[in-house]
Amino acid sequence: MYKVVRKERLADVVTLLEVQAPEIAAKAQAGQFVIVRLNETGERIPLTLSDWNPLSGTITIIFQHAGRSTQELALVREGQEIRDVVGPLGKPTEVEAYGNVVCIGGGVGIAVMRPITKALKEAGNHIVSIIGARDKSLLILEDSMREVSDELYVTTDNGSYGRPGFVTNVLEDLIQEGRKLDLVFAIGPVPMMKAVSDLTKEYSIKTIVSLDSIMIDGTGMCGGCRVTVGGKTKFTCVDGPDFDAHEVDWDELILRKKMYVPQEKESLELFHKGCAGGCQR
Amino acid sequence: MSKQIGVREEMPRQSPEVRRKNFLEVALGYNEEQAIREAQRCLQCKNKPCTAGCPVEIDIPAFVKLVAEGKFAEAAVEIKKKNALPAICGRVCPQEEQCEKTCVLARKNQPIAIGRLERFVADWEAANKNGSGLCTDTDRPPVSEKIGKVAVVGSGPAGLTAAGELACMGYDVTVFEALHEPGGVLAYGIPEFRLPRTVLKREIEYVRSLGVEIRTNMIIGKVYTLRELLDSGYDAIFVGTGAGLPQFLNVPGENLNGIYSANEFLTRVNLMKAYRYPEYVTPIRVGKKVAVIGAGNVAMDAARCSLRLGADEVHIVYRRSRTEMPARAEEIENAEEEGVIFDLLTAPVQFIGDENGFVKAMECIKMELGEPDASGRRSPIPIEGSNYLMDVDTVVIAIGQSPNPVVRQSEPDLQTTRWGGIIVDEETGATSIPGIYAGGDAVTGAATVITAMGAGKRAARAIDQYVRKKKGLA
Repeated sequence: MYKVVRKERLADVVTLLEVQAPEIAAKAQAGQFVIVRLNETGERIPLTLSDWNPLSGTITIIFQHAGRSTQELALVREGQEIRDVVGPLGKPTEVEAYGNVVCIGGGVGIAVMRPITKALKEAGNHIVSIIGARDKSLLILEDSMREVSDELYVTTDNGSYGRPGFVTNVLEDLIQEGRKLDLVFAIGPVPMMKAVSDLTKEYSIKTIVSLDSIMIDGTGMCGGCRVTVGGKTKFTCVDGPDFDAHEVDWDELILRKKMYVPQEKESLELFHKGCAGGCQR
Repeated sequence: MSKQIGVREEMPRQSPEVRRKNFLEVALGYNEEQAIREAQRCLQCKNKPCTAGCPVEIDIPAFVKLVAEGKFAEAAVEIKKKNALPAICGRVCPQEEQCEKTCVLARKNQPIAIGRLERFVADWEAANKNGSGLCTDTDRPPVSEKIGKVAVVGSGPAGLTAAGELACMGYDVTVFEALHEPGGVLAYGIPEFRLPRTVLKREIEYVRSLGVEIRTNMIIGKVYTLRELLDSGYDAIFVGTGAGLPQFLNVPGENLNGIYSANEFLTRVNLMKAYRYPEYVTPIRVGKKVAVIGAGNVAMDAARCSLRLGADEVHIVYRRSRTEMPARAEEIENAEEEGVIFDLLTAPVQFIGDENGFVKAMECIKMELGEPDASGRRSPIPIEGSNYLMDVDTVVIAIGQSPNPVVRQSEPDLQTTRWGGIIVDEETGATSIPGIYAGGDAVTGAATVITAMGAGKRAARAIDQYVRKKKGLA
C-alpha cells in the first residue's frame, strides 16, 4: 500500500498527489512513469512522474480527471492509501547539453514537462519554455516552470491569460525571429504534439515527444501501447515514452487512443450514478 | 479391480453448451470413489517409467498406490516432496506428453490419468487441510540459522518453485513480482476456467507459508538491477521472468483497433478481470466475429475466452495442419466442443480497417505443407492466388512470446541468445554472471508450466551448492 501524504487541486480538473514510494523515488529519472491501481477493481493507470524526492521517499503525480479511473483517483484523501504503485517505468529522457532547447507543455502535459525541463536546464541548456492551456483556469505550474526556464511564454486558447492562441504560435515566432533552436521537446494532447511536430519538421528542428498510449502492464508484455515510429512498431512502455516526433505515425496514434471511447463513457456514467463496483448495466 | 484395466475413469466436465457461457472451471475433478477406481488400474511398475517422464520427478507409483488405498493425505505428502504446486500441475501440465506418455498401459490402452489424480489429491488436501508439504516447519531452520538470502525475480511457475525449494533448504527468500498479483503467467495468462484463481491463490499461500516473502509491484531492472540486489546482501538470484514479449505477424494493418496480442487480450480478461466489467473497471472489446491467429494453448485460451465474452463466431486461423497444432489435445478438443471453428492451412496477409481505424476484415491466403523446417514441422508454403477476405471485428495474435527484455536491457553482462533468451548451463541454470541463475520461459522461450518448474527446481539445488561453497559450508 502507498500512502498519499499530500493532495492539492491545481486546477478545476487537475489534481496533484504526493505518494510515499521510497524505492521508486530513489530510482526515478526525468521522463519515466509509474502505473497506479487505486483498488482491487481498479484499472492500471499509467502516469508520468511530475516530481520525486529520494530524501522524503515520495513521488508526485499530477493528472487530469478525464475518465472514471482518474476521477476516482482524485477522490483519494491525504492519509489514505493507494493499493498499487509500480515503477519507475520506461526509458528516462536522454538529457544532454543540446544548446538552445524549447520545452513545450500543453494542459496537464506541463506537469510531465517540468521535471524534463529541470533536467535539461541542469545539463546546461538554454531553456525557452512555452506552456499553454485552453483557459486560464486550466493552466498549471506556471511558477515552477519559470524557475527551471531561462524564458517562459504562456498562451491560452481563449486569450483569458497570457498570449491568445496556441503554443505553436509562439514557437513559430521564435523560428521566424531566426532563433537558433537545437531541440524542441513537446508534451501535451496529441493534436498539440502533432502540430508542433508538423511545424518543426518543416524547419528540420529535432523534436522529441513523450507519448501516453493506452497500456496495461507497462513492462513490455501486452503490446497495447504499440505505436508506429519510423515505420516500425514500438512499445511506448519499454521503447519510450520519448520518441522522435517526426517519425511518429500520428494518425494511427490518434485512432488507437479512441479504442475504448464507448466503454470509457459508459464506465464514467455508471460511476456518476454511484454504481461503481456494484450494479450492472 | 472390478473395472476394466484398459479404460480410464472419466472426469466430469461442464457440458459445452453451458460452459461456453461462463468462466467457471470446465473440468470438475474426480470424487473419492472415482479417484480410487482410477488409481487401482496402476500396475505399480518397478522401474517407474512415469516418474522418468515427470520433469519434477514425482514418485508417481507411490502416490497413486496411496490413492488406491484411500490414503489421500499421505498421497499429498508424497507429491509435495517433489512438487509444491500440484493443484496447478494437475490442471495445466501436458501429461499426455510426459508421465502419461511413458505409462506402460499407454502402449495398448489408456494410460493412468496421472494428472487427474494429482489434481484430486491436491484439492482433497486443500479441502481437508490435514496434509503436509514440501517440508514441515520443523525441517526449516529458524531465521537466525538461515544459510543465506536469495532473491527470486518473477513469481511464475519457475520462480515459485525455486522459492519454495530454497525456503525448505533453509534460505531467506524474497520473490520480486512486477505485476500487482503474484503468479506470472498463471495469473495473467491462463484463464479462470482452466485454473481457478482460488486454486492459484491457495498454492501461492502455500509457498508463502514456507516463509517466502513475495513483493509485488517490484520491477527488477528498473527499481533495482540484478547487481544492486547482489550488492544489497542477496547471496544469489534466480531469474524467472518468463516470456512476456508478444510477437506480431508484421503484416499491414496490424495496429488497427480491435487487434490484440494474446498477452493483452488474456491479461485484460484474467489479471484485470475485464469479463466482470463494469464491476472491474478495465474494459475489453470483443465483437461478433473473432479470429485468433495461432494454434497453441494460448490461442485456445483466447478463442475460448472470446466465446465466453459473447462472440457469435470464433475462428482459429493456423498456417499449418491439424497434426502440427502445438496446443494440448485436450484443449483443442475443449475448444472444438465449445464451437470454435478451425481454419487450417490459412494465414493472414493483411488487415483492413474501417474509417474509424477498427479492423473489419482480414485478407487470408491458403497454404500447403512443404518439407520439414528447423522446428521439424512441415513448413507452410503459400498457394498463389488463393487469397480471400474474411470479415472479422476482433483479432487476437497468438503466435508466440519472446523473453521479457527489461532485465537483460539493464544488465549488459548477462549473456543472451539472438532472440533474447538468457544463456544458462542446462544442468544448473547458471548464467554468465556468478551468483545469477535463470530458468523457465526466460531461458527457453515460451514452453510449459512444468518445464519451468523443473528448471526452478534444478536451479535451487545449484544455488544451494553455490552459496554453501561461497560461505565455506558443507
